[in-house]
Formats: sequence, C-alpha cells, structure tokens
Amino acid sequence: MTLAVFFGCTFIAFGPALGLFLFTIARDPLRIIILIAGAFFWLVSLLLSSLIWFIAVKASNPQDEPLQKGLLIFGVMFSVLLQEAFRFLYYKLLRKAIEGLVALSEDGCSPISIQQMAYVAGVGFGLMSGAFSMINLLADSLGPGTVGIHGDSQLYFLTSAFMTMVLIFLHTFWGIIFFHGCEHRRWWEIAAVVIMHLTVSGSTFCNPLYVGSLVPSYLVMATAAAWAYVLSGGSAQNLRRFLLCKSSAWLWQPPENSSGLGNPSLLALPQAEPK
Amino acid sequence: MAARRAWGGPAMAAAAGGCWAPLPACLRLLRGLLLAALAAGSCQGNSVERKIYIPLNKTAPCVRLLNATHQIGCQSSISGDTGVIHVVEKEEDLSWVLADGPHPPYMVLLDGSLFNRRVMQQLKGTSRVSGLAVAIAKPSPPQGFSPGLKCPNDGFGVYSKDYGPQFAHCNKTVWNPVGSGLSYEDFHFPIFLLEDANETQVIKQCYQDHNVPRDGSGPEYPLCAMQLFSHMHAVTSTVTCMRRSSLQSTFSINPEVVCDPLLDYNVWSTLHPINSSGKVDPEKEVIIVATRIDSHSFFWNIAPGAESAVSSFVTHLAAAEALHKASDVHLLQRNIMFTFFQGETFDYIGSSRMVYDMEKDKFPLRLDNIHSFVELNQVALRNDSVLWMHTDPVSRMNESVDVQVRNLLDILGSSSLGANVTLQEAGFSQPLPPSSFQRFLRARHIPGVVLTDHRTAFQNRYYQSMYDTPENIRMQYPEGLSPEETLEYVTDTAKSLAEVATVVARALYRLAGGANSTSAIQADPRTVSRMLYGFLIKMNNSWFQSIIKPDLKGILGDVPQHYVAVSSPVNTTYLVQYVLANLTGTVVNFTKEECLNPEKSPNSETEMYDYAWVQGSLDPNSTSRVPYCVRSTVHLSKALSPAFELRQWGSTEYSTWTESRWKEIRARIFLVASRELEIITLLVGIAILVFSLLATYFINAKADVLFSIPQDPGAVAY
Repeated sequence: MTLAVFFGCTFIAFGPALGLFLFTIARDPLRIIILIAGAFFWLVSLLLSSLIWFIAVKASNPQDEPLQKGLLIFGVMFSVLLQEAFRFLYYKLLRKAIEGLVALSEDGCSPISIQQMAYVAGVGFGLMSGAFSMINLLADSLGPGTVGIHGDSQLYFLTSAFMTMVLIFLHTFWGIIFFHGCEHRRWWEIAAVVIMHLTVSGSTFCNPLYVGSLVPSYLVMATAAAWAYVLSGGSAQNLRRFLLCKSSAWLWQPPENSSGLGNPSLLALPQAEPK
Repeated sequence: MAARRAWGGPAMAAAAGGCWAPLPACLRLLRGLLLAALAAGSCQGNSVERKIYIPLNKTAPCVRLLNATHQIGCQSSISGDTGVIHVVEKEEDLSWVLADGPHPPYMVLLDGSLFNRRVMQQLKGTSRVSGLAVAIAKPSPPQGFSPGLKCPNDGFGVYSKDYGPQFAHCNKTVWNPVGSGLSYEDFHFPIFLLEDANETQVIKQCYQDHNVPRDGSGPEYPLCAMQLFSHMHAVTSTVTCMRRSSLQSTFSINPEVVCDPLLDYNVWSTLHPINSSGKVDPEKEVIIVATRIDSHSFFWNIAPGAESAVSSFVTHLAAAEALHKASDVHLLQRNIMFTFFQGETFDYIGSSRMVYDMEKDKFPLRLDNIHSFVELNQVALRNDSVLWMHTDPVSRMNESVDVQVRNLLDILGSSSLGANVTLQEAGFSQPLPPSSFQRFLRARHIPGVVLTDHRTAFQNRYYQSMYDTPENIRMQYPEGLSPEETLEYVTDTAKSLAEVATVVARALYRLAGGANSTSAIQADPRTVSRMLYGFLIKMNNSWFQSIIKPDLKGILGDVPQHYVAVSSPVNTTYLVQYVLANLTGTVVNFTKEECLNPEKSPNSETEMYDYAWVQGSLDPNSTSRVPYCVRSTVHLSKALSPAFELRQWGSTEYSTWTESRWKEIRARIFLVASRELEIITLLVGIAILVFSLLATYFINAKADVLFSIPQDPGAVAY
C-alpha cells in the first residue's frame, strides 16, 4: 500500500484521540502530566504481561498447538486483568496526588477534579494501547503490498484502524466508569469495566471475521459511552438540548439549579468548584 | 525500513499470533496484550509483514559488473522495483506485457526456454517492464544457451592487429556460436533467477489466483505483484567507480567503496619442490600445466561450470596425482608446475597476473624458465574420444618454436597409444581457442599446446551458463544411492576424464625427460569421480571434509559454484588447494604445533613446502576425527589484475573487471490494492479526522450543557 493508506489509517485510528487531546487536554499542563503518567502505567502493565507471556511460552512446548492457543487466551485474559489492576493503582496514586494538590493550592481545593483525572487518565491508557496496536501496522502499510496473499481480507488495515479507534474510546470511557466506581465504592462498576474489557479482547478472537469483533466492540463502546456520559453528569435531556443547539444550561435550569453552572464538567476547563 | 526496524519490538505483538495460530488476525488486534509476544523471539520478522509478503529465498540476482568502458548486468531502483506479475511461458504471452495489459509496469516471470536475446531485446525496449524473474528450464534448453560472448575474452588474448591479425576477433573460428552475449548487456531493470521450483510454483499460483485476464477484460484488483531489490552502487565503468572509491578512501574517515576488483588466488604447485620465496636458476626448465578454475553465468554466484572449468581442472588434478605417484619422478630432469588460474573468464585475470609477476621478478619462476606449456580446456565432451591439440600458428612460424611444438605434439600423440583417447591436431589454419596460454604467448614465444574436446566451435552448448551442470557432461548416477555411495560411484564421465588425465600425465613424464616405461602412470578414476562429485554436486562431502583445515569447514556449502568473486580466496580456490595438497603431498609425522609453526622445527624447509593441519576423516568407531599434517608444494599466488596494481583502470591490456557493491538483494511477492481502495481509506480517514475535531470542539464548547446535573451536594466536593 502507500502513503494514502498510511495517512488514512492514521487519521481513522488517532483522529478522535487527536481531537480530544487538542481541545480538552493540551491547554492544561496538569492534564498533560496525568495523560503521560496514565500512558506510562499502561506501559508498565504491558511490560509485566509480556514477562509472564515470555515465561509461559518458553516453558511450554511450542509444537503443542491447543496448548499454545490456550496460553494465548490465558495471556489475553491475564493482560486485561493486569491493565485493570494498574488502572486501580493509578487511581490510588491520583487520589494521593489530589491531597497534595489540595495542600498546595491557595484556596484549599484541587485545580482538577477526580472525574477530570479519570477522563484524562483514560485517554492516556487508550492512546498508548492504540499506539502499540497500530504503529507496526502503519509501518507496514507504507510498503507496496497489501494483506491478502495468504487469503486474508483486504480490509485488514481499515478494520484494524477502526478497532484501534474503538479501543482508544473504550479506554477513555472505562477510565471514567472505573474511577467513578472506585470513588463511590460501587464495585459492580469496576467489575463491569473488567467484563467489558474481557469481552472486547475476547471478541478479537473472532478475527479474521471482522464483523465478529468490530460489531460487539462498537456495541460495547456505545454502552460504555452512554454509561460514562451519565456518570459524568449527562442526561438524555442535556443531550437533546445540545443537539437542538439550545443555549446554555442555566437558562433552562430551574432557579435553584442555577449554581449548576459550575458543576464539575468533564470536558470543560476547570471552573469554580461547588463548595 | 528504519521505522519498521525501530518498531520491531512492539511489532512483535502481532508476531505472536502469526507464529503459531490459525487466527493471526485476531492476535494482531489484541493490542498490547500480545506484546507479551516479545517472547516470540523464535518468529522471524513481524507477522504483519508476513501476512503481506512472501519472501523468495532461493533466488540469484543478476548484478552489475564493470570494465574499463562499460557496465553490464542489472539493477533495480534504490527502493526496489515493483510490478504486477505476468507469467510468460510462450512467446504469445509477451504481447500482454508489451502492449495489451492494463496494469503496467509488469514483472515478467519468464520461462527459462524464452530467456534469449530476442525476447530480452523486446523487454529491454519497453518501459512497461519493471523487472524479470527467470524460472530455470528443466531439462536444459536443447538448442543450447550461452549468455557469454561468441568470441570469449576477445581483445585480451594474444591475437590482435599486431599478432596474427587474421585471427583477431575470432575472424577464423567463432568459438561460442550459441553465445548470445546477454551477460555482457546492461539492463535497466532487475533480473532474478528462481532456483527453487516450489517458489516458482507459489508465484504461478498467485498469478493464477489473481492476475489471469478473464472474459477478455483485465483482471481485477487485488493483483499479485513482485518486488525485486538489487540496487547497485557503481555506475558507468571501472574507471569511474574506482576513482570514486579511491577518492572516498583518501578523504573519508568512513569510505563507501562502490566497486571492488574481481580477484582471487591462483593455485600452483611443482613436482620438485622449489623455493617459493627465492628464484629458480635460469637454466632450470619447467613445464607448465594449466587450467582455469572459474566460470560464470548470467546470475551472481551461479556458475556450475561443469564443462567449462571443472572437467578440465579435475583432469588436471588427477594427472598431477598420477605423476606424483610414479616411482622415479624425482629423477626427472625438468620440473613440472601445475597451475590453476582463477578469474580467467574475466579477461584472464589469473594468468595475466602470473605473467606480470614473472616479468617483474615477483614469482619464483621467470618466463625464461618455461620449457613448454600444456593447457587443458573443456575436455569432457569428446566425440569418439578425440582430444584436439590446438597450437598457435603465428609463433610456429618461428622455426625453433615449431620444432619444439612438433616435439610436444609427438610426445602427446605417442602417450595416447594404448589409451582410449585419440589425440589429433586441430590444424594450422586456426588460432588457439580462448586460453590462459595466450597470455604467456603475449610475453614470449613459448611452445605450447591447448587440449580441448572441440576442433572448432565449442562442444559445450551451455558455455558460461547456469545449465553447464553435471548433466551437461553426462554425469549419471543410478537411482537411490546414499551420498556416500554417490561420492564413490565411478561414472563413465569420470572414467573418460581419468583416461585423459593418464595421457596427460604420461606425456608430461616424457616431456620432463622421463625415459622409463610410462605404463605405471595411471590416473585413478575413483579420485576423478570423487572430485567431480565434490566440485559439481556437493561440496560438503566426507572426502572434502577430511582434507581441509578444521577452521575452513564452514566454506563447504552445498551447491558448488565457481565464480571468481571479490572476496578471496573463494571456496573453489581453497578446495583446489587442499585437494591438490592431498593428492600430491605427503603425510608427515608432525604434531599440531609443529605443523602450524613449521619454521620452528628443524629440516621442515618452510620455503619449499607448505604444511597443512587437516581435520582428517571420521574415526569409524567414534564421532571424532583423526587430524594429521600434510606437506605439499602447493602455493597460492595472487590473482588480481595488474591493471589495479598499476592503477590503470582504463587498461586495454589487462582485465579491468570490477563488481559493484550493493546493500540488499531480495525478492518478495504480495498483493497490491487498487488505487480506489487506497483513496477510499484516505478519504474515510480525513472525514473521521475532520468530524472528530469538529465534534470535540463543539462538545467541549457546550460541555456545560452536556454535563450539567441537578446539584447533588456532596457528590463531587473536594
């Protein structure tokens, strides 16, 4: 394939992430730090899963195909659990960080809410995992050939790019749900994130039947998106208002809610926090 | 490339799956999870690459060689040439490539039988061809195939406008009439030889599946394509490339040499030991026996040279052995020098260098020491066992030379009595065939004879081609022999070459002044068959293993080839050296230390002899070898054209052949997607990018609308 495919796939996979980064993260140094740290935590989890995988493969008989396939499934599941464990560790770390931020700030409140942190950390996780799943493909997409000489689908690059896009989104939403679960000790939310992650990872075993992995993944993404939206203060009513280009919330809010203007907004820049 | 290498680690993610799974696609998408696959060190490359490309591993490229005035051979662009594959098995198939096909440029998979000058001229004349893969024809084309010149080594032999002008440029006899001269053409596209029939089949299958035109219209995407990499660094001529290389090595800390002279070593040994670092007495007479040990073909490192080189040097080795075994050789009044010239195919590199060294007193012998010259040159394909004796008509016009030549011919003729070889004179009317002897004649009127199996044109229809194989010299083995049995099996070819060797050895004995009966001098057909097997079929055989130094066992590749190359010594040189040492040397009772440092032990006469600590054959009862020390008179002398010694890169007197350097040579096949799919991918990407930028912008701008919840005190209070 050629440059056209390279740029096409790059835009598909990382275009949404680029938008999120540019408009919601890039302007705040604190968010960038959290993003990078989140990416780093994901990398560490990857390092550990690779180690386990390495040991497992070396210790097993490479000729035993069923065993190897079993190991692969085990490796995937294990890696998912490890990633979620690191998400939890990262949550713990950020929780500590908030205390420090509060101590430092003049007005005694943190410049960033835990929900904002959750979102930024999720994007960090997603970006790094997206990069790892896509970059080697992109490198090969520059060559003259396309997939298919062994009978694989020609749409391989395209579907991979869409899969990467959905993964980045999913990590973002999972981050929000997971942190919310931790914050409010709703363990079932954490469990739901782990189950969704396992489902999406497991669905990729349906490849090369790409419908089998893409459709479930996008369904899961839709669910996660809706859930995360609700958790971060969204509602169908808000959405409708947004879509109908109605103007700001306070004009429509009952007077007692007018202070909701300052509600911790997921995407907006830090505003006056409600006391 | 760099990008891909840099990402090799992450790339392994995908590699994990491809290695062992029936669901590689899955694995790739498992993101980092599979990074675990760093473990998959056993997998080569990354799996995405393996999903796209099938590398062709058993190929031989055509590379660029240069001489004083020209460049020959092939090259690709720096990033490889790509084209849609089209299989050409009949001449009619060419029209698709040249005119009709809708997807140029094409990569032509050419059947070996069509690899001839006419077809190549057509392909060369069009821009619709980006490269060529040649499938080797089996059996060899019956009409003959020689990519060499009709008049080999023209201009560097003895005949010129000053010396026998009527014979110059093969005026009298065209030696290689089937020669198409393809090897000496310059092609602007890469040409590869497919050595492995299985790989050829894979390509043809890919072509069948994707590229066959259906219902009159062109095939639909995706199409099967091939990419060939063989970019050459040198251009124009040896003069240019050597100047560039030498400029680089003068000024640059990190010189990038663009071409290297073809060079190697001649192997020589004498019947009576002579001081290799001193000078032979002027009155001592030496008879030189010579053969060439190199060959060539259109493709790099493919040079079986069965008839053009191996048949003659094997005969020569067998004759040397037979002579050394004779009981009274130490009494002979003249010495005999067995000489094996390297690089003769490329305008007599080895012999011109030896003559040059003799003239410049850099060789133990001087030209004046040479009593006579006997050369063996293509001797396996004899008709009715006739061996032709070629002499130089020009030097024979000199009375004294003619007398000596007559004497030489008489002795040769009488030596063949009783043997199954008939020696006949090729006649006065024609010149010498291309031979090393011509280089000696250029310097002195030495009496000499060239023995060949052809009177006029070569018997060899595959001169300097990839078809000059054991089959060409009719080597046939019965079915079902083990390698060890094949090594020892005496073929008819071996028997007949042994007869030639016997005749030559006897004649040499007589020429050297031997007076006794020569009936005891007899070349051993078993040695000949072993050598033929080793030099033509399998170098890595038990006999070769037992006669080489332990540190050289790595050179024993499987398929022998005899291209002179630029790194030296090449395998052929080493093996000729050790075979000669084994056949003519003696085993001495030295320890390993003494053998490796003979100058330390008394009466080892290191100037006279060469000592080699060889690994010996396998002990039948164990897996270890029994090494021993061999003393012989075998020496190597440099075979680098004097043109490079003199830095006369435009020389017309000496060979100026150089080989270009290159970075990578490889070939791979894959599918190419249609332009539409690529554009659609790009457009989708741009659409998603623009949409997501807009969407994020608006969502961010309206975040207060979207994420406002009825106040829930205590929910998010920090």
